[in-house]
Amino acid sequence: MDNILSITTFMPALAALILAVFLRGEDEAAQRNAKWVAMATTVITFIASLFILFEFDPNDTGFQFVEEGTWIMGLTYKMGVDGISVLFVMLTTFIMPLVIAASWSVTDRVKEYMIAFLLLETLMLGVFMALDLVLFYLFFEAGLIPMFLIIGIWGGANRIYASFKFFLYTFLGSVLMLVAMVGMYADAGTTDIETLLNHQFGTETFSLLGIQIVGGMQTLLFLAFFASFAVKMPMWPVHTWLPDAHVQAPTAGSVVLAAILLKLGGYGFIRFSIGMFPIGSDVMAPLVLWMSAIAIVYTSLVALVQEDMKKLIAYSSVAHMGFVTMGIFAANQQGLDGAIFQMLSHGFISGALFLCVGVIYDRMHTRDIDAYGGLVNRMPAYALIFMLFTMANVGLPGTSGFVGEFLTLMAVFQVNTWVAAVATTGVIFSAAYALWLYRRVVMGDLIKESLKSITDMGRREKAIFAPLVVMTILLGVYPALILDIIGPSVAALVTQYDTALAAAEAATQFAEN
Amino acid sequence: MSADLTIILPEILLAVFAMLGLIGAVYTSKDGLASPLLWATSAVFLAVAAWIGFSGEGTNVAFGGMFVDDGFSRFAKVTILVSAAAVLLMSEGYMSQRGLLRFEYPMLVALAAVGMMTMVSAGDLMALYMGLELQSLALYVVASLRRDSVKSTEAGLKYFVLGALSSGLLLYGASLVYGYAGTTLFSGIVQVAEEGVSLGLLFGLVFLMAGFAFKVSAVPFHMWTPDVYEGSPTPVTAFFATAPKMAAMALFARVMHDAFGGAVADWQQVMALLSVLSMFLGAFAAIGQTNIKRLMAFSSIAHMGYALMGLAAGTVLGVQAMLVYMAIYVTMNVGTFAFILMMEKDGQPVVEISALRMYSKREPGKALAMLVLLFSLAGVPPMLGFFGKLYVLRAAYEGGLAWLAIAGVIASVIGAYYYLRIVFYMYFGDTDEERLNGGKSPILWAMLMGSAAVMVLGIINMFGVEGAAASAALTLVN
Repeated sequence: MDNILSITTFMPALAALILAVFLRGEDEAAQRNAKWVAMATTVITFIASLFILFEFDPNDTGFQFVEEGTWIMGLTYKMGVDGISVLFVMLTTFIMPLVIAASWSVTDRVKEYMIAFLLLETLMLGVFMALDLVLFYLFFEAGLIPMFLIIGIWGGANRIYASFKFFLYTFLGSVLMLVAMVGMYADAGTTDIETLLNHQFGTETFSLLGIQIVGGMQTLLFLAFFASFAVKMPMWPVHTWLPDAHVQAPTAGSVVLAAILLKLGGYGFIRFSIGMFPIGSDVMAPLVLWMSAIAIVYTSLVALVQEDMKKLIAYSSVAHMGFVTMGIFAANQQGLDGAIFQMLSHGFISGALFLCVGVIYDRMHTRDIDAYGGLVNRMPAYALIFMLFTMANVGLPGTSGFVGEFLTLMAVFQVNTWVAAVATTGVIFSAAYALWLYRRVVMGDLIKESLKSITDMGRREKAIFAPLVVMTILLGVYPALILDIIGPSVAALVTQYDTALAAAEAATQFAEN
Repeated sequence: MSADLTIILPEILLAVFAMLGLIGAVYTSKDGLASPLLWATSAVFLAVAAWIGFSGEGTNVAFGGMFVDDGFSRFAKVTILVSAAAVLLMSEGYMSQRGLLRFEYPMLVALAAVGMMTMVSAGDLMALYMGLELQSLALYVVASLRRDSVKSTEAGLKYFVLGALSSGLLLYGASLVYGYAGTTLFSGIVQVAEEGVSLGLLFGLVFLMAGFAFKVSAVPFHMWTPDVYEGSPTPVTAFFATAPKMAAMALFARVMHDAFGGAVADWQQVMALLSVLSMFLGAFAAIGQTNIKRLMAFSSIAHMGYALMGLAAGTVLGVQAMLVYMAIYVTMNVGTFAFILMMEKDGQPVVEISALRMYSKREPGKALAMLVLLFSLAGVPPMLGFFGKLYVLRAAYEGGLAWLAIAGVIASVIGAYYYLRIVFYMYFGDTDEERLNGGKSPILWAMLMGSAAVMVLGIINMFGVEGAAASAALTLVN
C-alpha cells in the first residue's frame, strides 16, 4: 500500500473515465448504472481513505504515506498527508457518497453529472494531499472546471451569470498566487512543499513603487496567496460570488461547495500563509482579524434579511468562515485547532443545511422562505433534523458547531480582545437569523394551500442525514476525536511560527543595537 | 560546396518535390492530381520531419554562415512540418467538397514550408529575407484561393499589401543594420552589437522587430490578422494559425539571440511591450466576436503575446519556454481548427459561435474534446496549455520581468471569458433546434480527439518535447 494516496485520489477519476467511455445511452437503465457506479466508487474511496486514517500516526508531525516521483519542468509529483490535512481528506470522502445519494432524483444528463462530481472529488482530494506547489495549484484550479459545469448545466434560472461569476472571480484570485509560486520557485529553487516549509523567504523591508513593504518578500507572497485563498474562503469583501453560486447550483453542488470547496481556502491559509510566510502573516494578521470580525457581523446581518433560504445559509457560511480565518490568524494552538475543527464541523452542518433546503425544494420547487410555514405539521422527522442542524449552526453546546466557535473566540481573545468582542456578537446574530429561518419555515400553522399535501422525508433522505447527525453530535460531545489527530501537527506548526517570529524580532533588535 | 549542399538537402528535396509536382500537374489532368498531391505532400512533410528530427545532430553551418542547421532550427522545422502536414490532411475534405482543391494548394504549401525552413535556419539577413518572402508570397496566394469570394480575395489583397509594407520595414531595418554593422552575417552583427549598439544599429533593430512583429501578428502590427483569418478558406486559416506562426517566432528568436544576443537590454523593453499589448488586445478584442474564426484570430494574437513573453526574458529558459509554448499552441490550434472545420449545416460551413448552442447534447464526444481544448487555450490547469503559460511566466519572472508575468496572468483571466463563452453555448443553452449537422470526417475527428488527448495526457511527461526544447534553446543562446 505504498501509494494509497494516489489510489484514493485517482479512483474517482478512473471511474469517471470508465463512465465516459463505456456508458452509452440516456435511458433509465443507463442513468441508474451511472448513479450506482458513482455511488460504489465514492463508497470505495471512503473505505480506502479509512485505511489512511487507521494507519495514520498522529504523534508523527511530519508528512506520512509520502509518494514522490519526477515530473515535468523540474517539478515533483509528491503526495503526503499530515495531521492538518488528513481529516480534510476524510471529510471529502465522507461527504461525497452523501452528495451522490442526494443526486438520485437528477434526470438530466446523469452520466455527465456523475462524471463531473467524480472528477471534482479527485481534484479536491488532490488539493489536500499535494506536496508540490504546482501540483497543488493544478488540483486547486482544475476544480473550477467541473464546478463551473455543475452550476452552469444543472443550476437554477440564473445559472449562467452565477457560473461565469464563480469561475472568473476565483480564477482572478488564483492567478496572482501562480505568479507568487513562480517567485517562490525562483527564490528557493524547488517546489517541494516539505522543503519550502523550512525555507526562509526574505523579510527585509524594501520599497516598491514608493511603498515601504514591511516584511519584504514574505508580505508580497502572503498578499498574493491571500488574494487566492480569501476569494476561495470566501472572506468579506470578496465573498459576493458565493451567494450567487450557492443559490444557482443544484443541491448537491451547494453541498460540495459549502462542505468541501470552501475549506480549500482555509487549508491553504494554514499550509502556506502560516507555514511558509510567518513574518508576512504576522504583519498582515491585524488586518485579517478585523476583516474576519467585520465578515462575521456584516454577513450575519445580511443573512437576517434574506428571502431565499439558500442565500441565507450561504451568508451564514461566510460568517462561519470568518471564525475560521480569525482562528487561523490568531496563530496559536487554540486558534488553529479551532479553525480546523470549525471547518470540519461546518462541512457537516452546512452540507446538512443545504440538504435540508434540497428536501423541500425537491417537493415545492421554490426556495422562498415565504412559500413555507408550519411544515412541522406534516413533516415531523424533517422538522427534527432541521432543528438539530439549525442549533448546530447557531453553535449550541453539545453540537460540533460550538467547539470551533468557542476555541477560535478564545484564541482571538488572547491576541486581540476587541476583535473577539466584535466577533462574539456574531454568535448572537447567528442565533437570530437561524432561529428566525426555522420559525418561518417549520413552525406555526400550516395555512398555505400548496403545502397541505407535502410528504415527510423518505427512507433515502433519512439515510443521507443519519451520518451527518451522528457526526455533528459525536464531535460536539467528544471533540478530542478530532483534536487528538490534529493537535501534534498544529503544535509543531505553532512552534515553528513562534520561532520564526522570535528570530525576526531578535534580528531587528540586533540591527538596532 | 557539396558539404554545404548536404546540409540544406532537406530544403532542396522539398523544393524539387514542389516543382516536380507543379510540372506534373500542369502537364497532366490538372486538378485530378490535386488529391494525390495533397497526400503526397503530407507524406513528404512527415518523412522530412522524421529525417530532420532523428538524424540531425550538432551545429552545421553552410555557405559561409548564411545557413545554420542546429538543434534550434531542427526543433522549429519538425514542428512546422508536422503541423503543416496535419493541416493539409485536414483540408482535403473541406476543399474538395467546395471545389477548392486545386493542385496549386499543396504545392504552394510545400513552397511555403521551404520558405519557413529557410527562415528558421537563416544565419544572414539575406537568407532571412529570402526565406521570409518565399513563405509570404506563397501564403498571399493561398489566402485568396477562393477566387470567386469577395472576402477571400479581400483577405489575400489585404495580407499582400500589409505584408509588403512590413517587408519594406524589415528591409529598411536590414539595410540600416548592414550599414552600421558592416556585415549581413548574424555572427558579424553580434560582435559589433556586443561592443555597444550605436543609434543607427538600434534603429535598424527596431525596424527589424517591427517586421517580425507583423509576421507573428503582435500588437500593434496585428490589424491584418482578423480579416485574413475570417476571409481565407478555413483550412487555410488553420494553416496560418500554426506553421507560419512557429516559423516567424523562431526567426524572431534567432535574430534577437544570434545577431543581437549581446544587446538584450536594448530589445527587451520593446519585446515586453509587444507582449503585453498583444496579450491584452487579444483578450479584450475577442470578447465581442461572434465569428469563431475572428475569435481565433484574436486568440492567436493573445497567444503570441505569451510566446513573446518568453522571448522577452532574453535567457535560455526564455527561448525554451517560447519553444514549448509554441509547440503546445500549434497542437491546440490543429485540434481547434479540426473542430471548426466540422462545423457545418447542410454542407455549408458555419462560423457563428451561436450555432454551437447545445452542441454537447448531439455530439457529446466532440463537445468534450473541444471543452478540453478551450480550457487548454485559456490556460486552466490541468490542461497542457497551463504548463505552457507556467513556462513563460517562470522565464519572465526569472528574467527580471515580474510585472510582465503579473500582466500576463491578468490578461489570461480576461481571455478566459471568451473561451468560457463557447463552453456556455455548447453546454448551457436550452434550445433543441438543430443548427449544425454533418461534419462526419474521420480525419478531422481523429485530429480533434488526438489534440485533446495530448492536452490531457501531455501533463505526464510532455512527450519529451521539454527536453528537446531545452537542448534547442541551449544551441541558440550561449
